[in-house]
Amino acid sequence: MRTTVNKPRSHMISLEHEAPSDLRHYYAQMLLLRRFEERTSEMYVKAKIGGYCHLNLGEEATIVGLNAALTPDDYVFTNYREHGYILARGADPKRVMAELFGKETGVSGGRGGSMHLFDAERHFMGGYAIVGGQVPLAVGAAYALKYQGRPGVVIAQMGDATTNIGAFYESLNLAKLWQLPVIFFIVNNGYGMGTAVERGSSEPNLAKKGASFRIHGERVDGTDVIAVRDAVRRLRQKAEQDHEPAILDVVSFRFRGHSVIDADRYRDAGAVRRGREKFDPITSFATRLLDQQIADQAFLDTTAQQIDAEVQAAIDFATTSPDPQAADLYTFMYATPVANTPAADDALRAVRINRGEE
Amino acid sequence: MSILTYRQALNRTLGQELARDEQVVLMGEEIGLFQGSYRITEGLLDQFGPRRVVDTPIAEEGFVGVAIGAAMLGMRPVVEIMTINFMLVAIDQVVNHASKIHYMFGGQARVPMVIRTPSGGTGQLAATHSQSFENWFAYCPGLKVVAPANPYDARGLLRAAIRDDDPVIFIESLALYDTKGEVPDDDYVIPIGKAEVKRHGRDVTVISYSRMTAVALQVAQQLDAEGISVEVVDLRSLRPLDRPTIIESVKRTNHAVVIAEDWYSYGVTAEIAATIQEEAFDYLDAPVKRVAGLEVPLPYAKDLSAAAKPSAHSLVHAIRSILK
Ligand SMILES: Cc1ncc(C[n+]2csc(CCOP(=O)(O)OP(=O)(O)O)c2C)c(N)n1
Ligand SMILES: [Mg+2]
Repeated sequence: MRTTVNKPRSHMISLEHEAPSDLRHYYAQMLLLRRFEERTSEMYVKAKIGGYCHLNLGEEATIVGLNAALTPDDYVFTNYREHGYILARGADPKRVMAELFGKETGVSGGRGGSMHLFDAERHFMGGYAIVGGQVPLAVGAAYALKYQGRPGVVIAQMGDATTNIGAFYESLNLAKLWQLPVIFFIVNNGYGMGTAVERGSSEPNLAKKGASFRIHGERVDGTDVIAVRDAVRRLRQKAEQDHEPAILDVVSFRFRGHSVIDADRYRDAGAVRRGREKFDPITSFATRLLDQQIADQAFLDTTAQQIDAEVQAAIDFATTSPDPQAADLYTFMYATPVANTPAADDALRAVRINRGEE
Repeated sequence: MSILTYRQALNRTLGQELARDEQVVLMGEEIGLFQGSYRITEGLLDQFGPRRVVDTPIAEEGFVGVAIGAAMLGMRPVVEIMTINFMLVAIDQVVNHASKIHYMFGGQARVPMVIRTPSGGTGQLAATHSQSFENWFAYCPGLKVVAPANPYDARGLLRAAIRDDDPVIFIESLALYDTKGEVPDDDYVIPIGKAEVKRHGRDVTVISYSRMTAVALQVAQQLDAEGISVEVVDLRSLRPLDRPTIIESVKRTNHAVVIAEDWYSYGVTAEIAATIQEEAFDYLDAPVKRVAGLEVPLPYAKDLSAAAKPSAHSLVHAIRSILK
């Protein structure tokens, strides 16, 4: 069980200065993420979804809080646990679910899958499945923003365990050396697969890991949507205006195993059950909304119904969407066509043989 | 038309591309103030300033990743990696990221970047500094890999690489930097993915690229005096590989020798030999002969080091052995 999370304090903070419509929107977004992931898990078990599939359950406030602080100019690079980020950014749940189903209508044309979602229009710059790989890319995007004199910042999202890989440190150094508008957003769900933070990192306070790079770091309660939003807003402003990179260590509780197929045997089942109750960002937020009379039970109920319908529509869309076609196997190989690359008829011929049709 | 060294051709082309397109930047270790480990970027910092010619710390994985990320936002970074040996430190970014991003995200993002790096060994640089790894990158779909053999090709292929919207690995050679050749002054571009027959001949086709093409041309001239007519196919691009040009030549000469500096097993020569076997088997009058590096960590000692590399001698030997 985690001892590092200083829980409920921030939940006492009054919401009276908040616009009620914003708060209700955060609630609805968090619930969309929750229901989307629960149904995704169900679809995985039904073998509608293949490969590795990592869920954001328990991280809803982290994601919605982050997104609430961003502008359309900003860019987001994430790891493979990213369904929630692209949804929060505004991608159509239908096309996200279609990608998980491997369909042509998916956000990556069925070529990426759960770990490789992308939405250029919404500046969601990809889920990346090699631990740490997205971090230098995000720093590069920040480099381009600065070079091109454009507004905005870049979010380099990663997990707690990703702070142990070399690419992270090279990225910190370059970001500070070149003063780039990037925030290293660490989703600290306590574990990298089966390895607890303390078992993998000699410095378990991840906000400190930028110290020798002169990068400011903070820790925030990742189960409090408002706290996350406010922390990102502050760091975002410094990043955009002063080109000052920062680390944000965003602490939450991983509700399930590492991926859908992980039975989570290395954690104590009772502690996990209690953790899910104690650190549920949605039920705690609902309680706050009700207590402070920002929403009533009827709002919560209708929102749940609407979201259930929306997610069901996404599943229906994914189910009826077409598969990518064999003739398009090579379609996205190169952006600039050159001689001696295989074409549609080569794909068709090879695929027919591989399928035993010839 | 000017007579330029390979180094000058690269240097001037980089300058012209920097002047042509503001989104082009150069990045790498010691390319600015130090003027480049091999002086390829000499004078460019003075001319274009530190915004366009960026000295990086020793962090190949980091700055190659930065270049990819910047390319995704529309920049056109040209990265120098001091030698290809150091590419291994950045290989995750090249193979798992640069090469995948366009395809894996359904064509939504492009990675218009170039990584320039010299490959191969000269001057007793020993085991860690003499390797040829272009086959590692040529193996990977999504990358383009080019390897010019003379100043003319260096200029034309570098222009093509910088203007291409995909990641291009641009293979140079320390031993070629001082070689000279005629280079037109106009804005020509050499297409990526096409080989060139650098010398026409009747008796045997030698397939090569980069420095080994220079060796092959020298051997061709030498054997001409003996009445052996050698055709030299210079690959120019390793990926995409111009199989039709190789096959068409072998069908005419009925003999093929493949030469490359990399190690023999699993190397470039194996790929070419396999292609010929598949597509021109019936035209061969002798088995395809391969000439490649001997399989050791290259020793330092002068004579032994040179003796472990393919040479004009080994190429002549190979040609004679299949024409017998
Ligand atoms: C370079 C690399 N090594 C190992 C893996 C296998 N792997 C996938 S996720 C993961 C744990 C990462 O944990 P963390 O960064 O905390 O992110 P989380 O999964 O908790 O969101 C590992 C070891 C990988 N994908 N890439
Ligand atoms: Mg984790």
